[in-house]
Amino acid sequence: MSDIIRRDPRKEWIARNRLHPEHLEVLAELGGGASPSEWTGPSGLTRRNPHAVGFIGPNGIKRIDRSGAQQAANQPGSRQAQPKDTRRRVEIEAPAFMVAVVPDLSGGRLSSHDRDLLGLARQLADADPERPGAVLAIVFGTHKETTFGEAGVDRLLEVQGDAFSGYLPETRIAALQSVEREMAPHYWLLPDSSLGGGELGRRLAVRLGERPATQVWQVEADADTDTGWRCTARGAAGTTDIARAMPRVVLALAECAEPVSETRHAAQPVELAQALPEVLGRIEDMGEVAVDPASVSLAEAEFILSAGNGVKDWDGYHHAAQVLGATKGASRVAVDDGFMPRDRQVGATGTWVSARVYVAVGISGAIQHLQGIQSCEKVVAINLDEGCDMIKRADLSVIGDASEILAALVARIERYREEQQENRDAA
Amino acid sequence: MQHDAKSSSHAGLNVAVLVTVGRHPVTARARRADQDARAVEMALSLNDAAVRLVHAGGNGDDNEEALRGYLGMGIGEINLIKQASSADVVPALVTSLRDMAPQLVLTGTRAETGEGSGLVPYLLAEALGWPVISGLAQVESIEQGVATVLQALPRGKRRRLRVRLPAIATVDSSAPAARQSAFGPARRGELAARACASVPDELQEQWHVQPARKRPKRLKIVKSASARDRFKAAAAKADSGSGQLLSDVSPEQGAEAIFNLLKEEGVLR
Repeated sequence: MSDIIRRDPRKEWIARNRLHPEHLEVLAELGGGASPSEWTGPSGLTRRNPHAVGFIGPNGIKRIDRSGAQQAANQPGSRQAQPKDTRRRVEIEAPAFMVAVVPDLSGGRLSSHDRDLLGLARQLADADPERPGAVLAIVFGTHKETTFGEAGVDRLLEVQGDAFSGYLPETRIAALQSVEREMAPHYWLLPDSSLGGGELGRRLAVRLGERPATQVWQVEADADTDTGWRCTARGAAGTTDIARAMPRVVLALAECAEPVSETRHAAQPVELAQALPEVLGRIEDMGEVAVDPASVSLAEAEFILSAGNGVKDWDGYHHAAQVLGATKGASRVAVDDGFMPRDRQVGATGTWVSARVYVAVGISGAIQHLQGIQSCEKVVAINLDEGCDMIKRADLSVIGDASEILAALVARIERYREEQQENRDAA
Repeated sequence: MQHDAKSSSHAGLNVAVLVTVGRHPVTARARRADQDARAVEMALSLNDAAVRLVHAGGNGDDNEEALRGYLGMGIGEINLIKQASSADVVPALVTSLRDMAPQLVLTGTRAETGEGSGLVPYLLAEALGWPVISGLAQVESIEQGVATVLQALPRGKRRRLRVRLPAIATVDSSAPAARQSAFGPARRGELAARACASVPDELQEQWHVQPARKRPKRLKIVKSASARDRFKAAAAKADSGSGQLLSDVSPEQGAEAIFNLLKEEGVLR
């Protein structure tokens, strides 16, 4: 809807004339509600009727809701204040220097770690408003990310090609070396993650002959150092803090800086002038290996089917875990009663898990158990008791008999697998 | 006995394991480092491998106790390259590895003391011109100078890699756990010390090291123009009870809901 206010003098005239037969309809149309308390008068001024404010509550007393919830509900999509994009648009035409960032792009999208890192890069680039730097993001292979500009990227170098789809650290390092030769970034920032960033960063630093700062979690300005920055890094397996001058290559931990939120950047595509060199890799990627979920340790499992006191049909539970392809977990009671081995116990005394999906079957949710599943993303509870603590924690709870629900779930998944098989056969 | 059987078969693979002195996370006592011990275990489990342990660093009483922890795993001796406590051990290790000429060098991903940057394997690989692979979970086979290994990825996933030997590999924490260290062999084992010129690490002397501070928790900043939104965000309770509750449903309906969630999350294979 356009923002131009269109006035209808005839309707305004009717709205002024209380004796007009269409008065009420027009009033409703102009005001948007049944009894408008505010409308635009003929001179463009906002007119208010204080008697029309509020509504009659259930006990017959007039109530006025000043929180705005009522009014917001009363205005059906008319001239509501749309949340405007207030972010400042920043374009850096001639950057004084470059800050290169190589994000992980796990799953083809910027992770929160990547965004934090880009925030840190912005901090370094924007430190001196006289000499603004540009943040250069180097992206390998195909990706699904569309919001590089919002994340704070000024220049985007997409290194495409089949050679960059798998795990090929040597080829990637060769590409980064060409970037170093052509653009000579002032700083190199990489995520110190186990998704590949940490390894790539160490390889790059060694190849460039720089001594990197690893596990950096804080960067502050400090005029005494060569680069003008001082960083704090974790050392000795996270037990010490090392304060040191910031080097050229930085491997930073998650939450090292705030992600960019107030500005939008150009994410202007750039290309390398020279073709990338051919690298004869000595490491060959043979692809990912299917892993038996039962052998995955609980702490790093992605999908856990956990059993508690409410499980009576243990054969059915084991069968369900096998069909679902889930790692098995257990509450303390199930372990104490001897139904599950001790190394499968989830909770404060057992393993702290970080699964993406955690299905709790017949677990009421003792506080020790809930502590153990704190960092799980989605929790599904199957339980008979509607008031238990696990239901309060769960994102989806199903009340009912665990064995019946598990059997139905197994049947559903087998049907799904068959459908998939048929589709594959048809194709 | 096991050790004697191993060391007699020199015809097989020559494996060097770089070990460090670890630090117990709770008691802070010196111990064999966890990942390095896993690397030793991995080397011992290779068929026909002659395993040699190398340690470069300062030698105190604590350190000797910790290093004897590796000897207790059934190793005859550790090559100890004596270095000053603040020395850069990479040059000494490079010369030592050139002399030894192992086909495979195993080590932990990062040390439990000192800087613990995890850079040493990469520096060694660059100096020796060997490939380096990180996060090993298992060595599947070694045939004709090519090793097939499994690399550990987050979430218990594995990736199969093939690498041409000689190579350096770092061992991940998800590799098989190290065997227990036996007291007798640990006493009987030998620390074969060798002096080597130490190169001081000058950069490290400028650093300021202190016990780790707790990292500040990130604040949730609500950027909204309206005071009402800001107040609502500040006064909101931790999100609880926001989940969907299905009561009085048939098992099939419940299963369907769970199935949809699992499919949405993409955990069904």
